[in-house]
Amino acid sequence: MGSFLARRVGQAGVLLLIVSIIGFSILHLAPGGPLSQFAATGDMTQEDLDRVARQMGLDRPLPVQYAEWLWRLLQGDWGVSYRDKQPVLRVIGSHLGATLELMLSSTLLAMMIGCWIGVLGAIRRYSVFDTLATVGAMIALSIPTFWFGLVVIYVFSVGLGWLPAGNRYTIGDGSWSDRLHHLIGPCIVLALVSTAVWSRYMRSSMLDVINHDYIRTARSKGIPERRILFQHAVRNALLPMITIAGLHLPTLLSGALVTETVFTWPGMGRLFLDSIGYRDYPTVMGILMFTAMLVLLGSLLADLLYGVADPRIRTA
Amino acid sequence: MTATPALVPAMAPVTRSAASMAEDVVLDVEDLSVSFVSPQGIVPAAREVSFEVRRGETLAMVGESGSGKSVTSLAILRLTPPAPQCRIEGRVRLRAGDRRVHDLLALPEARMRELRGSAAAMVFQEPMTSLNPVHKIGDQIAEAVRFHSALSKRGALDRAAELLDLVGIPDVRRRMSSYPHQLSGGMRQRVMIAIALSCEPVLLIADEPTTALDVTIQAQILELLHDLQQRTQMALLFITHNLGVVAEIADRVIVMYAGRVVEEAAVLPLFKRPLMPYTQGLLRSVPRLDLAGRRCDELAAIPGNVPDPLALPPGCSFAPRCAHRVPELCDARVPLLEGAGAEHFVRCARWASLAEGAPP
Ligand SMILES: Nc1ncnc2c1ncn2[C@@H]1O[C@H](COP(=O)(O)OP(=O)(O)OP(=O)(O)O)[C@@H](O)[C@H]1O
Ligand code: SF4
Ligand SMILES: [Mg+2]
Repeated sequence: MGSFLARRVGQAGVLLLIVSIIGFSILHLAPGGPLSQFAATGDMTQEDLDRVARQMGLDRPLPVQYAEWLWRLLQGDWGVSYRDKQPVLRVIGSHLGATLELMLSSTLLAMMIGCWIGVLGAIRRYSVFDTLATVGAMIALSIPTFWFGLVVIYVFSVGLGWLPAGNRYTIGDGSWSDRLHHLIGPCIVLALVSTAVWSRYMRSSMLDVINHDYIRTARSKGIPERRILFQHAVRNALLPMITIAGLHLPTLLSGALVTETVFTWPGMGRLFLDSIGYRDYPTVMGILMFTAMLVLLGSLLADLLYGVADPRIRTA
Repeated sequence: MTATPALVPAMAPVTRSAASMAEDVVLDVEDLSVSFVSPQGIVPAAREVSFEVRRGETLAMVGESGSGKSVTSLAILRLTPPAPQCRIEGRVRLRAGDRRVHDLLALPEARMRELRGSAAAMVFQEPMTSLNPVHKIGDQIAEAVRFHSALSKRGALDRAAELLDLVGIPDVRRRMSSYPHQLSGGMRQRVMIAIALSCEPVLLIADEPTTALDVTIQAQILELLHDLQQRTQMALLFITHNLGVVAEIADRVIVMYAGRVVEEAAVLPLFKRPLMPYTQGLLRSVPRLDLAGRRCDELAAIPGNVPDPLALPPGCSFAPRCAHRVPELCDARVPLLEGAGAEHFVRCARWASLAEGAPP
């Protein structure tokens, strides 16, 4: 167990390093920079700009800048946002809650609905329901989240007026019901793809389990079919879903980024896009590293959880 | 013992009425046919199989891989895949513990479920995969008990512990909360037997319960089954590849070939004077037949292959591999299962003339 953890942490370290190098390079090689904001206003001379660049350390070679950034990060200094003049960690912290709220609620929704669709599809394989579910999942997977978000806003906010068109709550009203009301739209949009993913994996997992010998054993004991399905089959079919959850996390995060943008949801996804627009290097790199850690932590958690849920691994 | 009549579905009306199901017959299978619908066509896996098993008796079913042994036994308990994919025809009657006769294939599913695991139970071919990996051993046994008795959860668990002890599993208390992967194959098969015996069935079907196990464990499991049978007088349908095991455990034997019964006899007559060329081949493939069962060889030495179930010969299914084949006699139509002496039946067009040449 100890060596397993050590290996995983080592792997994570290497991965984070690679992510940071790639992220840093792309970010700095992209045209424009933090100074283009000042340049755009027009009342700064080239000399002024060069001076500011020198102050910010942007005139040095890229590897040096990277090394300094990395050295500071390793010491726990995530830098200060160019835009807010706030420490990056605090900026991320103030947006994290909104993202987690969106991701957790949509995951919950997607898992419950997706797993049910998968189970029912598997036990009524090739039925009308199963066929509809299959076609539905294919459609859901091919709909761009961005477009679907706009459709939801257009239909339910603009057209029917049932849902707010964006934001996490109405200014001046922070009540539970108001927040929930705001959550519905983005939650459904983000859950769409996940629901399709869960239903497909659950269906194939169920189909796999149903053909196992122990299901036949359960039948030979003369116990009711419902119990066979839920006590014996679903229990086993859910196990691989833990791994899927870990693997699905990056997709979920990128979906959250798009959803937050469409619904002006004040989460990390929107912060990320805004920061890129502003060339707020410390914040962009901070979010990149933070989400990468989140993904790695998620997959580690999934593996550990699998070990707890599956007696074959738990007691091995 | 009453003899099984000739199996001629298309001709003679040899169906036995309920009255003729003798008191001591526990399982009566008549003209049981099982076929699978596959993309290539209809696969007849079992064809007009008939036999009976009596109280306290062990009937061995032998035959090569693919001869329809598992399919036949699964069909008896209606554990084959559901209807459009798999068709079952014929009649299967079971005399439950209360002496009532049930027509299994005609029962509604709910009634069938009451009998499954209580009056008739089954031990499967694959001990390694037949137990649910995420449930504890004790719970898996207790589950069967709970659904067929009025016992409380606690009571069912106590009964499960008793059963584990009965099938010879040491350290019962710890094993109750073990998971299947913590047990060896032999131990798992004992657990399967404990589950099967949990409600004291009148019929136990054991489908190659020892094939996946090594020889010493095989012997232990056979002894266990034999002891349990002595104690409970259950009827045992024992399916195997292994003629050594047959000699050791069986009272009577039916030999299956390509989904059909080709010979049926008490164990000694069958070993001494096999009439069907296929059975003779099987016995010859065992180098030295030792009735104490020390030589346990697999059935492999007959030249040729089992026929493709999608392209069966029109006459005798064994004809392509048979040294005694006479096309006019053997290929014209499927030979009947004929009586050949006391309790001896054989499906071969030439058995009488072949028997003349051989010493009795
Ligand atoms: N689910 C199924 N679908 C289609 N065909 C099947 C199915 N199950 C069994 N069969 C076919 O039925 C025939 C008999 O199979 P069965 O499992 O009864 O053989 P067996 O005598 O038990 O063999 P073994 O000794 O290997 O266990 C085989 O030809 C097999 O291909
Ligand atoms: S019927 Fe003919 S082919 Fe078939 S076993 Fe008898 S002799 Fe051989
Ligand atoms: Mg078999």
